[in-house]
Amino acid sequence: MKLREIAHSRTGDKGNTSNISVIAYDEKHYPLLLKQVTSERVKAHFSGVVEGEVVRYELPNIAALNFVMSCALGGGVTRSLALDAHGKSLSSALLDMEIEADSDNE
Amino acid sequence: MRTIRVGSGAGYSGDRIEPAVELAEKGDIHYLVFECLGERTVALAQQARMKDPDSGYDPLLEERMRAALPVCASKGIKIVTNMGAANSVAAARRTAEIARSLGLSSLRIAAVVGDDVLDACKDGDLPIMEFDGTIKQLGNRLLSANAYLGAEPMAAALTGGADIVITGRASDPALFLAPMIHAFGWAMDDWNRLGQGTVAGHLLECAGQITGGYFADPGYKDIPDLARLGFPIGEVGEDGSLVITKVAGSGGAVTAQTCKEQLLYEVHDPKQYIQPDVVADFSQVKVEEIAPDRVRVSGGRGTKRTGTLKVSVGYVDSYIGEGQISYAGPGALARGRLALEIVRERLKLTGVAASEFRFELIGVDSLHGAEVSAHANEPYEVRVRVTGRTENLREAVRIGNEVETLYTNGPAAGGGAFKSARDVVAVASVLLPRELVRPQVRFVEA
Repeated sequence: MKLREIAHSRTGDKGNTSNISVIAYDEKHYPLLLKQVTSERVKAHFSGVVEGEVVRYELPNIAALNFVMSCALGGGVTRSLALDAHGKSLSSALLDMEIEADSDNE
Repeated sequence: MRTIRVGSGAGYSGDRIEPAVELAEKGDIHYLVFECLGERTVALAQQARMKDPDSGYDPLLEERMRAALPVCASKGIKIVTNMGAANSVAAARRTAEIARSLGLSSLRIAAVVGDDVLDACKDGDLPIMEFDGTIKQLGNRLLSANAYLGAEPMAAALTGGADIVITGRASDPALFLAPMIHAFGWAMDDWNRLGQGTVAGHLLECAGQITGGYFADPGYKDIPDLARLGFPIGEVGEDGSLVITKVAGSGGAVTAQTCKEQLLYEVHDPKQYIQPDVVADFSQVKVEEIAPDRVRVSGGRGTKRTGTLKVSVGYVDSYIGEGQISYAGPGALARGRLALEIVRERLKLTGVAASEFRFELIGVDSLHGAEVSAHANEPYEVRVRVTGRTENLREAVRIGNEVETLYTNGPAAGGGAFKSARDVVAVASVLLPRELVRPQVRFVEA
């Protein structure tokens, strides 16, 4: 299934850094997010977009992850050549990630 | 326990006007906050002020004040805003004139000054946070330097009797924290209270983004009545307790989901959300729906503030030239790609000097690049987009021209060409020792 089926997401920007939240609709899917939505996979998912590192922060209280991606906004929101200089549409791309359903968590 | 209701009347400079009036009329609020100052807006406002010393504040100040002042004055609702941009004193004077023209008298208007730290920055040679280099190296491209002020001067203005507080650059959550500090007398080293107050401010600062804006995704996340989106209200208790809600009957929705998305918006390490007044910790925050459109948010904490303030530095970065043209129907994708190849070759042949180009097709790969977009189906129509960074306007103009000439020289049936060339005022950041920033409050009577 797609990540979109179990999580919602929002992108924010600061300079040349983009952050994307991934929030489980149902907290029972949080372990699935922890296991499968790793910073390595997110970095690979945004190949060609994110040039820097991807750091993941965990927020178990709200069943959410926060990905901080450096060198992700074409040199920075205020100078980028990109059509979506803020990278606001990146969350939609991340929700297209494939997730394997885990029988332990269903 | 004492509680205040703080409304968020704008989430960015161009935001809708009438939701703020709705908040003031029907929201039973004590404070109305307008957050209108984007990252680079101060730099642009500073340029305007250099041309005209009475300008340099938010261009929508007049429209917002005319809409909100009558109801706010009659109900005693205090206004806090960063519409002062690069000239809060002129904004306060203009607001006083507007108040008088509306027949409103005896309003006390406070202007917060002192965020302009250009001279202090020029004296030091501070390193730039986003790239290798220092302020000195920006030379005459440097336009402005404004420190993100905390809540203290705004709270002092309220305590001094201000009905309207107008600041320039300040941290966005601090606009909301100021009324809490004023109303509850929170100590400026009560880090946990300031941390939880920052959670409230952060949730409210983008207005409609917590009431269902920037959220809807049909079939997954449905939100009613976005055309009449209601803006949020924070009910804050003296102990820092917080409920996010909105005016009954307005559009949108306040849910645990909308609050969680906004909690992490533009946040990096949730344990260290660095603010002028506190280092807030969002990592233990809890979110509970307690009634329809009422969400309790608790658990925000904080630790001691840092010794520096972040300064937003505006500078002339470069020029950008751009051109677009559309192709449709069978073969649109192939013609779009041919068009990109032609422009790429033309820019080389004619020697356009640019440090960076983008060649893309809107509808195919413009948002996320060729790799991420590789599996997309062929669209009915595509829009060619070529853009490049140059050192001067003349070179930038040549980029759009090479797209426009596709009309008569390019693939069949290209339509709707557009071109532009502009200078880029960009912002970078430096950290300035806190003691070099000295905010002050000036009162204007209406």
